[in-house]
Amino acid sequence: MVPARHPWRWAGTGLVLILLAQFAHGLATNPGWDWHTFTGYFLEKSVMQALLLTIELTLAGAVLGFLGGIPLAAMRLSHNPVLKSVSWTYIWVFRSVPLIVQLLFWANLGYLYDRLQVGVPFGPGWSFSTSSLVSAFGAALLGLSLHEAAFAGEIIRSGLLSVDQGQHEAAAALGLPRHRQFFRIVLPQAMRAILPNAANLLVNLLKSTSIVYVLAIGELFYQVQVIYGRNGRVVPLLMVATVWYVILTALLSILQYYVERYFARGALRTLPPTPWQRLRAAIRA
Amino acid sequence: MIELTGVHKSFGTLEVLRGIDLTVAPGTVTVILGPSGSGKSTLLRSINHLEKVDRGRVRVDGELIGYRQAGNRLHELGERQILKQRAKIGFVFQNFNLFPHLTALENVAEAPVSALKKNKLATYERARALLDRVGLADKADVYPRQLSGGQQQRVAIARALALEPRLILFDEPTSALDPELVGEVLDVLRDLAAAGTTMIVVTHEIGFAREAADTVIFMDEGRIVEQGPPAQVLDNPRHDRTRTFLSKVLS
Repeated sequence: MVPARHPWRWAGTGLVLILLAQFAHGLATNPGWDWHTFTGYFLEKSVMQALLLTIELTLAGAVLGFLGGIPLAAMRLSHNPVLKSVSWTYIWVFRSVPLIVQLLFWANLGYLYDRLQVGVPFGPGWSFSTSSLVSAFGAALLGLSLHEAAFAGEIIRSGLLSVDQGQHEAAAALGLPRHRQFFRIVLPQAMRAILPNAANLLVNLLKSTSIVYVLAIGELFYQVQVIYGRNGRVVPLLMVATVWYVILTALLSILQYYVERYFARGALRTLPPTPWQRLRAAIRA
Repeated sequence: MIELTGVHKSFGTLEVLRGIDLTVAPGTVTVILGPSGSGKSTLLRSINHLEKVDRGRVRVDGELIGYRQAGNRLHELGERQILKQRAKIGFVFQNFNLFPHLTALENVAEAPVSALKKNKLATYERARALLDRVGLADKADVYPRQLSGGQQQRVAIARALALEPRLILFDEPTSALDPELVGEVLDVLRDLAAAGTTMIVVTHEIGFAREAADTVIFMDEGRIVEQGPPAQVLDNPRHDRTRTFLSKVLS
């Protein structure tokens, strides 16, 4: 038997390879990329500190965002009309306001409310000056978390809705306690639908941290701007930030792969081999 | 003893149950027959309060299901108490509804451990014995999707048995199965019947009704049209509607 020939497939492959080679050649030879400056700053101390801050903002924003998303999803799925509409309104507002606008609002909270007060409703309380309570970092974290929570709420809700009604019924018919129904039966199955979207949200958040440069916080993007403002080498420093964002996203993607795999147990008859297992099998063969 | 008196249920304007009176003695098998839309499943689901009844009372061993009576009024029970009542009533679904992310053994052991707070080790031991009883001892560590339909339904039956229920409700347990798999599930049902389990079975398997049932009930349009021993209802039906239905099912 002679398999069918695919001449156009070969032509297409050749064309793509030529274009890639040309691009790689340009990267190596075009002096504009200025790789010397790039390597000089890639692991530079201030860049490292900025990178750490970016990671901190991402993690804190993600944790707070998802912690906020859980009650938002629960409220929207409840039968209580007040909780439902409060959640709906929150999600509507925080999905509508651009993140950068929201950040500037929080940074200027002191203009709206000079002092903030904590205390018993209609009773005694303690008051603080707003600007001392909400620092630039606080404003950034607040803005990112509130923004994340609105999206996380919808992602969690979509996951919970994706679980078959029969699963809720079976759990109820067996008399499983309410919390057990949720954490043992419904949530692990919802995770399969939640995870890809949640990972998307997390990657988006990682990049959104660059927006907080408007509050003059020394995260990665702000820091490279400071440096190229000083030495004028815009492109290599933008590449420093870009490569770090790409590396962090790659790490997140690897993490996502294994977490998704964990929650896929039982959903597929047999799990496909991991890239490692495939590599090892290929070497042995 | 299961007692239903004057049970009514509507979905919007559609009246699905129009006054059901039914008594089931302990240790007996009751088979409910009827055309689709006759209210069989709704009746079954109202016995463990998966459906709230609008009027009437459901009692299992004298205990009012889903409600508490104070004077002449019924107050709906809180969810916690309803869940406690359900743990004493087994339910087997048409589509099995096994938990796909748990192994067969974990499916069976889940409710005794978390609903009845039983000892974990002893429960897993017993769960293995139950899987053995339905002929699936070697499938304990397999996930439901790796099992055939008939095997899944047998795991679901073991899961219901694990609660040592007073009664097991079967909602068309063989309707989602390939024809050649129906037999293995009916065998398990027959064994349970022979062991004196109280069972109410909604099914279209007339053969099973004939050999295993103590009482056959024929329902149509939300009412019980006719009930009695299988020899009477299946071979000598008194009502035209029963006769028409049987002739369609048996042809």
